[in-house]
Amino acid sequence: MHYNWNWSVLTTAPYFGWILSGLMWTVLIALAAWVIAFSLGSALGVARTVRSRVVRAVAAAYVELFRNIPLLVQMFLWYFVLPEVLPKAAGDWLKRGLPHAEFWTAVVCLGLYTAVRVGEQVRAGIQSIAAGQASAGLASGLTPVQVYLHILLPNAYRIILPALTTEFLSIFKNSSLALTIGVLELTGRTRQISEYTMQPIEMFLTATALYGAVTLLVALAMWRVEGRTRFPGMLTSEAS
Amino acid sequence: MTNFTWSYLAGILPLLLSGMVVTVELTAASLVGGLLLGIILAVLRISRLRVVALAAATYVNLLRSLPLLLLIFWFYFLVPLLVGRPVGGMTSALIGFILFEAAYFCEIIRAGLQSVRRGQVLAGLASGLTYAQTMRRIVLPQALRNMLPVLLTEAINLFKSTALVYVVGVRDFLTAASIIGTRDNDLVPLYLLAAGVYLVVCLAASLSVGRLRRGYAL
Repeated sequence: MHYNWNWSVLTTAPYFGWILSGLMWTVLIALAAWVIAFSLGSALGVARTVRSRVVRAVAAAYVELFRNIPLLVQMFLWYFVLPEVLPKAAGDWLKRGLPHAEFWTAVVCLGLYTAVRVGEQVRAGIQSIAAGQASAGLASGLTPVQVYLHILLPNAYRIILPALTTEFLSIFKNSSLALTIGVLELTGRTRQISEYTMQPIEMFLTATALYGAVTLLVALAMWRVEGRTRFPGMLTSEAS
Repeated sequence: MTNFTWSYLAGILPLLLSGMVVTVELTAASLVGGLLLGIILAVLRISRLRVVALAAATYVNLLRSLPLLLLIFWFYFLVPLLVGRPVGGMTSALIGFILFEAAYFCEIIRAGLQSVRRGQVLAGLASGLTYAQTMRRIVLPQALRNMLPVLLTEAINLFKSTALVYVVGVRDFLTAASIIGTRDNDLVPLYLLAAGVYLVVCLAASLSVGRLRRGYAL
């Protein structure tokens, strides 16, 4: 194998800045999408456990729909199909009016997709709480909404925290799919610089190290948080 | 306006079918390769030799911290450099999928093996079976039964993930739909069709796995 190593491309302008901006977009997409995934996922998890059959059925349909279409196909549906099937004014705004349209498309797509997985974890967390807790809450005069807000959800989050960490990391990794609709996030930048400089190995090693480092940092930080929030006496806090 | 009609659909069907064949081939080959490598990794991970176990664990954790897309590009650039000639997107994507899935299969298999209680092994050994017999007749049947639904779910995930080969120009089902849509300047129905086909296939498969899981737990 003939390969001329040249690590200096890393520090050469403009490539150094490109990598940093790629990392920045990756992190921004992951954080923004996580806001959607977490809030909608919590709502979905609650909706899967309520009494009303209609609400449960709607939530179940959402889960099956978003879980069974590949993420890349969903990305194309949001980016290429949605602006065409909307009323013309709205479609044109999505295509030309909205600043950073590709970024927001990727955020919405990843958020709605990961909400399903967060929702399933929240549901598992709620269902793992002893039924007596909800009954006790209702008996002491709390409304059902208060029971969810003050008893079921806070306990569920503590139980499923490790699984939520996994889901956040999966959003972080899946944000690479944004490159297919033109967001130059970390993977996209890596590929671009590889083609420009013909030094792919250095670039991909760098990207690998950056993804690995962020994953490690998040995992370590969450490990400490989990240690503080874990229920005493619970051996396994992983809901499945 | 869209030119999507039944006769149009009949015309593009061969292209879509050949794309689906590529998707299924890629899934099957990655599944077999990933499982084989995953079994080896799982055995190494539970090895008593700490260096071996650590090396396998490092591999698994590193691969699981990377986006699959990055890995596909890695091998798209790296494999031609290694073998000294272009190999095409399919080969490099397949290598990426096998190495990536092996890390996930390793964890599933390891969890399956560890789900068999220690007393089962001890009972087997105490009743005079050799270690190999205990493994083959007592541990593996239970472990396989425990891990089968998870393995099948991961296979469905793999089927969905193969759509990512779009980025290196392999003509899988999604790429075929995209090529036709671009050619005929009619992307909307083609992407909707692709989404519908994936939805039907994956929903049917995951409902079957769910049924299997319910009637099946030990």
